[in-house]
Amino acid sequence: MPQHGDSDSRSAVDILIASDRVPANARPDLLTENDIWALLEEVKDPEVPAVSVVELGIVRAVRWDGKTLSIDVTPTYSGCPATELIEELIAEAMRAAGFRDPEINQVLTPAWTTDWITDEGKEKLRAFGIAPPEGSSSKMSLLGESDVIACPHCGSKDTERVSEFGSTACKALYRCKECLEPFDYFKCI
Amino acid sequence: MTQAEALKEYLLRLADSDMILGQRLSELCGKAPALEEELALMNVALDLIGQARNWYEYAAELIDDGRDADKLAFRRDAHDFRNLLLTEQPNEDYAVTMGRQFFFDAWHYFTLKSLTGSSDERIASIAAKAVKEATYHLRRSSEWVKRLGDGTEESHRRMQDAVDILWRFTGELITPDDTDRVMAEAGIGPNPDQLAEDWRGMVNEVLTQATLTPGAEDAWMYMGGKHGEHTEHLGFILAEMQFLQRAYPDATTW
Repeated sequence: MPQHGDSDSRSAVDILIASDRVPANARPDLLTENDIWALLEEVKDPEVPAVSVVELGIVRAVRWDGKTLSIDVTPTYSGCPATELIEELIAEAMRAAGFRDPEINQVLTPAWTTDWITDEGKEKLRAFGIAPPEGSSSKMSLLGESDVIACPHCGSKDTERVSEFGSTACKALYRCKECLEPFDYFKCI
Repeated sequence: MTQAEALKEYLLRLADSDMILGQRLSELCGKAPALEEELALMNVALDLIGQARNWYEYAAELIDDGRDADKLAFRRDAHDFRNLLLTEQPNEDYAVTMGRQFFFDAWHYFTLKSLTGSSDERIASIAAKAVKEATYHLRRSSEWVKRLGDGTEESHRRMQDAVDILWRFTGELITPDDTDRVMAEAGIGPNPDQLAEDWRGMVNEVLTQATLTPGAEDAWMYMGGKHGEHTEHLGFILAEMQFLQRAYPDATTW
């Protein structure tokens, strides 16, 4: 992965093979849980590379007792196809930092909500061209109209929903009537 | 029937209904009437298949005979499937596709909502995740039923036809059997009377707004999916869905 100083010119297979090797000079015993959270900030969501798995709120817990590293991860949607890849990317980043057998656990409770996306994460989503979730997930109405969504490109609130679903399950498709650009909206759940 | 037996049966019903409807919707990949609709249908299918996996994994642990979620989905035959008959009905036109989805989503939403309070913690946690997705599904399918029902003369006619065609499979959603009763008594599954009331309330409200007429409450209903007695459609679905795992058992490279 580039953020660990690897060259971009290597093939995916080389990187995968290398990722299974723990660097000889690594000293994970010197790292604290805070250091591990900082390492996780470098692991990006494969579908939305603008934000890290920490900013998305899908890393729920990190436990490191000097011998065993255990990380809890929660999926955004039940069928999110990126879940396994994210778990693998996290394990890979941990091995690169010297952790021999990182345990990645999938937890369903409490269920992920868009409220867990950090403010910084929401800003990064907007800068990336994805309108961040508006309001609290608890307000999601069953049959009512959705909230006003501001265009991430021009900021106009004159937007319309094109489809309840966008390029991934976690997004809806919108169109700005001001700048006429289509955009993804990260749905509130 | 013991509670342990009923629980395994109940989990397979939840899993199989999600799986079969997910597979049915996936048939529309590349064939949906509009790009936005295709995105939506495939995302709904993905949600359902993801939920199916969560139910299958729990079922596999309880069945405990060496089979995992994949084997339960891809190596059982039609008579072992416990999905609702509604979920295996063909896509036909878009009115039938969305009508089927609406009747299912209304059942799914109230079932999952109730399961979030299940005395079985694993079920409650899977349902808490799934109900958020089902809420979106129901909102979307009910909008389509209203749009088509209260649309043009042609769309109204087709949507009413869809309701009439599908109605005979809806009784199964809200008619409890022994398994449902054992689950309800154990505080694991929903109260059947409440589920039926909620489902009817939602269906009547949406169909009324859509200027559509529901079928009769005492209409003759096809039932049996929950016991492995299926319509002729399921075998064809499985033939396609299970082909790869039947031809190349345990294939893990994709």
